Amino acid sequence: MTPDVLMPDVLVLGAGPAGMAAAIAARGQGLSVLLLDENAAPGGQVYRALQRRDAADAQERRDAADAQERRDAADAQERAGKVLLAAFAACGAEARHGAVLWAVEDGPRVFWSENGAARSAAPGRLILAAGATERPMPIPGWTLPGVMGVGAAQIALKTAGLVPDGDAWIAGQGPLLWLYAAQALKHGGRFAGIIDLAPPGVVSRALRHLPAVLRGADYLAQGLLWQRAVKRAGVAVLAAREVAAEGEGRLEAVVFDGQRHPADLLLLHDGVVPNTQVTRAIQGCRHVWEQGSWRPELDGWGNTGSPGVMVAGDSGGIGGAAAAALSGTLAALEAARQLDRITTERRDAQARPARLSLARHRAVRPLLDAMFPPRPMAAVADTTILCRCEEVSAGQVRGAVALGCLGANQVKAFCRAGMGACQGRVCGPAVHGAIAAARGVPGEAVEPFRTRFPTKPLTLGELAALQA
Amino acid sequence: MFRRTEPTDCTVFWDGAALPAKRGETLAVTLLAAGITHFRDTAVSGAHRGPLCLMGACFDCLVQVEGEANVQACMVAVRDGLRAGPQHGARDLDDAP
Repeated sequence: MTPDVLMPDVLVLGAGPAGMAAAIAARGQGLSVLLLDENAAPGGQVYRALQRRDAADAQERRDAADAQERRDAADAQERAGKVLLAAFAACGAEARHGAVLWAVEDGPRVFWSENGAARSAAPGRLILAAGATERPMPIPGWTLPGVMGVGAAQIALKTAGLVPDGDAWIAGQGPLLWLYAAQALKHGGRFAGIIDLAPPGVVSRALRHLPAVLRGADYLAQGLLWQRAVKRAGVAVLAAREVAAEGEGRLEAVVFDGQRHPADLLLLHDGVVPNTQVTRAIQGCRHVWEQGSWRPELDGWGNTGSPGVMVAGDSGGIGGAAAAALSGTLAALEAARQLDRITTERRDAQARPARLSLARHRAVRPLLDAMFPPRPMAAVADTTILCRCEEVSAGQVRGAVALGCLGANQVKAFCRAGMGACQGRVCGPAVHGAIAAARGVPGEAVEPFRTRFPTKPLTLGELAALQA
Repeated sequence: MFRRTEPTDCTVFWDGAALPAKRGETLAVTLLAAGITHFRDTAVSGAHRGPLCLMGACFDCLVQVEGEANVQACMVAVRDGLRAGPQHGARDLDDAP
């Protein structure tokens, strides 16, 4: 118990690529760094359990010294992750894992829970690197046990070596879907089939232009090339427009193209969206609607409109792991300038390589965005649940709009959508999109779900342990 | 559903039943590896639910761990002998530790 308020130069939230790179760069400028992360080890989602897997894969790699495999995109991504993890471990930042941030006040003043007690800090600058979550993909039956996100299955693979087996299906679209499928197959997983919900023809047309664009670009884009690898591996890939999950109390079947297939695992994916749960609760952080979700409005360094609060990585706009790390570096250099550790000229000079590289990585985004537009919320059936926590259907949300409900914050009062335990984390883009579609206006015309602190559940016991 | 490709090294108890587990993996993964997808019943309709995201965002994997209610199974690292069970509806104040 330390009565003193912690006052690091920089507090970083999140130990994914953006957070680790920000911590490394800030330490490189002599700043003290406190990093908070919910998970047990650094890496974020993309580099989750990389050190653990390194040991597990060592034997396999020695056995199968497959030169082709060593060159593949996932391996390149893992190499980049290992370099970053090693540099982070050596950089001298204080990393606290199992730390759950739940409030940011003016100052900034940061509050979190750790080992059952609330703590706070007053950092010089706050860099939020909260990453991304999977976009909700509301289909009939998606609340049945056995229906999960592709990202969830990837975490089970990375952290514990679980592979899909038996009547396991994937449905959705986007590069990460194919990346996971390829990773799962490589580790001995089996699928009953992959239901490709991408708009017809778009992928094959775009693929012809990809290799030139993508050489050296990040894994998000390279993941596209996995689609071919998965098809070559003999997995049934079936194009469809809609899919439904059915079962009593748990998933028993997937239905598409009028046919019912037995299923005990269905993995959904419709791309990823920035995690803006914390920034939306901060006064002064404006957000813009883009690709069917919100992202905070940032300047070229990651500054938000709230003094002292910065954002780096996918939580500021989806760019993938490599772009996230680069934006973390830029944010840290800017923090050092604001804290008078380096001059503007020195900041600009040191930022130049990262800025050039970032521009290269971001060049591919418009292509990816055009290829995988989010599934339209207007097409979701009235009976399909949008808000899983409060069990609110698309029809109920549309009914609220018909009664005059104009926005996401009002819809809470009409039908409780977005008011459950997840605090709109999962359903936010879906409820928002459904309201905009029902009103016949673009997404940016509807104000975002306002989030409120505490942004993660907090017990009174934890709060009582907070030092003044 | 899922199949393990790595050995287990400890045991956890789910509703009294012994399940093989690997130290350090999350409780949610232990259950999924054992074919268990019914983690909780919702407070709204009593519907069965299991995890969606496995990364702390969806709150659909809520369970009881060592008598504590509403714990996210995807955020709990297992250890040998851990005792857990499903979360039925909302937390009951009488269940408070």
